[in-house]
Amino acid sequence: MSPRRLTKVAVSATTLALLGSMAACGSDNTAGGSGGGEGGGTADVWALQDTTLNPIEEASIQRYNDGDGPGSVKLSTFGNDPYKQRLRTAINSPQAPDVFFNWGGGSLKEYVDAGKIEDLTPILDADPALRDAFLPSVLAGAEIDGKQYGLPMRGVQPVLMYGNKEVLTANGIDGMPATWDELLADVATLKAAGLTTPIALAGSQSWTELMWAEYLLDRVAGPEVFQAIRDGEGQGWNDPAVLEAMTMLKQLIDAGAFGTANDFSATEYDAGGTTQLLANGDAAFHLMGSWEFTNQKGTNPDFVSAGNLLYAPFPAVEGGAGDPSNLVGNVSNFYSVTSASPNKQAALEYVKTQLNNPDYVSELIAAGDVMPIAGAREQLAATEDGDYLTTVYDLTENASNFQLSWDQDLSADEATKMLTELSNLFLGVQTPEGFVAAMAG
Amino acid sequence: MAPVLTFFGVFAVLPMVLVVYLSFTDWDGFGFPSLSGGGNWSRALQDPEVGRSLVLTLVFMVLGWVVQTPIAMMIGVWAAGRQRNRAVLSSIFFLPVLLSTAAIALLWSAVLDGNFGLTQQLPFLDRFSFLGDQSLVIYTVAWVLTWQYVPFHTLLYQSAARGIPVSIYEAATIDGAGRYKQFFRITLPLLRYTLITSTVLMLVGSVTTFDTILLLTNGGPGTSTRIAPLYMYITGFGAFEFGYASAIAVILLVLGAGLSLAVTRLTGFRKMSSQQEGS
Repeated sequence: MSPRRLTKVAVSATTLALLGSMAACGSDNTAGGSGGGEGGGTADVWALQDTTLNPIEEASIQRYNDGDGPGSVKLSTFGNDPYKQRLRTAINSPQAPDVFFNWGGGSLKEYVDAGKIEDLTPILDADPALRDAFLPSVLAGAEIDGKQYGLPMRGVQPVLMYGNKEVLTANGIDGMPATWDELLADVATLKAAGLTTPIALAGSQSWTELMWAEYLLDRVAGPEVFQAIRDGEGQGWNDPAVLEAMTMLKQLIDAGAFGTANDFSATEYDAGGTTQLLANGDAAFHLMGSWEFTNQKGTNPDFVSAGNLLYAPFPAVEGGAGDPSNLVGNVSNFYSVTSASPNKQAALEYVKTQLNNPDYVSELIAAGDVMPIAGAREQLAATEDGDYLTTVYDLTENASNFQLSWDQDLSADEATKMLTELSNLFLGVQTPEGFVAAMAG
Repeated sequence: MAPVLTFFGVFAVLPMVLVVYLSFTDWDGFGFPSLSGGGNWSRALQDPEVGRSLVLTLVFMVLGWVVQTPIAMMIGVWAAGRQRNRAVLSSIFFLPVLLSTAAIALLWSAVLDGNFGLTQQLPFLDRFSFLGDQSLVIYTVAWVLTWQYVPFHTLLYQSAARGIPVSIYEAATIDGAGRYKQFFRITLPLLRYTLITSTVLMLVGSVTTFDTILLLTNGGPGTSTRIAPLYMYITGFGAFEFGYASAIAVILLVLGAGLSLAVTRLTGFRKMSSQQEGS
């Protein structure tokens, strides 16, 4: 072979290899691409990998495929961390999902603003029974500019305050604090008794710190202040209530409620750090999402079965404008339909018929999910952890407002900045005034 | 040449050109990047976090070089000996090379965990919060990086030291040169090019790699260990500001290329000639 010819071969081989790898990237999700909009295609549903949930989702898809709805549906699952990146790149491509898992709120709004998401309002208008099937405070989590862009597909996960009953009783504290002042008093009592970290905080993951800011601002001023920040209206971060809430938070930090920065700043939640601190009695309180109960039950079953794990809503702030029934947290996860889906008929029909399917709901309840389905209370009460699950259900049903976690509700760039500034506030290298200035600037 | 150039063009030059182009755009991952002029660049100049993270990158770079080079060279020269016990010990010592970054980061975060880590069970060490103390954490990370990378550089020195002809040492011994004299007069000068290679790898590595830090501290506490490449990653794949992240990437690209050019130029590496007999 002459050198020139060899070059040609090499170049074409390279090109082929590149094309091949591109095609390979796409092949795992191209399922029903050829099906067209006639309802004959296979709609691709994207969800997170989860050993408990995936079989339930598969069963739900099987039920749809066994029925006589148009087309068919298949499930693709992805790991949590790469999911958002993958979705964002795929949504522009022919490999985009037809139905996809999301957190609602501002992160979904970015997709809505880019014109990628199908408006589900007409479906709900045509079928009021479907709208009434879900709890209103949860349905609101995927409502953007008055239109519904997703339907809840799993349980609610509000943030609650957890406590260690033994530690509290040993220090003469009777139950969980109902007000902010009671919390401050409890912290002072526990500090005086020699407990270094009255409140467990997973400071290496600043979304755990965010929960404090979310609840404090809500209790001080109600949900409207954050909604204005999110929507870019009014004074935004410059609203005096933000500074007030951050100053209250600073007082709690300075009182040593979480221990010193060296204590909490490297503590993790994912690795089970704060869960263990609470169960061991190294901390008396822990603010965390409702999944904390499942985690405690998994790692410290004796602690839970002895009734030592207390739970309560976040304390009220006396004189604050916020309704103490308000919740923050992961409202739910939602399924949304992409507007460019070639299999839209199957996608819409799946979302419409399967998410409030009694089998789907009861399987998720059995897996510990508090389903935001009207009338699920009896089913929840009948389970092993009925007391806890019905408490979460009642709190959700009675909540005047259920605010999605800020880091999910703001755009990704603002959320990233906020988490950095907040973790600096907890470390004492940022002041409440500096936080406001940095976020408003 | 042409196949090499094609590969170099597609996998090295093209991405660099694209990243420079992206640094002049706004792109959140949806649709197509829109040109934003010098917006990202004026922001980068004003962003205190860029300067701070670059200084931190340099701190880790210098700290890494000063600590790792002598250790790697000493162990490498020692391991170049043909004794059996040295072979066994050095193969144990090279273990970190076999571990993935994720394994190394998880291992050390378990050992150093401020609540339940191994160090909390030990006397004296239990008073430190290795990953939680904002000043101490820099040394902790430097230590883990040393543990991770020294074995690789040791390998470089070991093979280079093995390449030094025994006859030179024999002649030196006859001339009455002792061990230390032999090291400083023979081994060290002959390892000069290996030293430069290893240095360039360390310097360029410290402006591009951040995986260990991402998994060990995620740049924390706060921003105490958020080096520039990690800031680039967080901006790109956390905040989805690909344009701004590309501007930071270009700064790192220029810094890395400049450093490796400077080192090779200052040390005369380009006029490379064999210093060994018979070649």
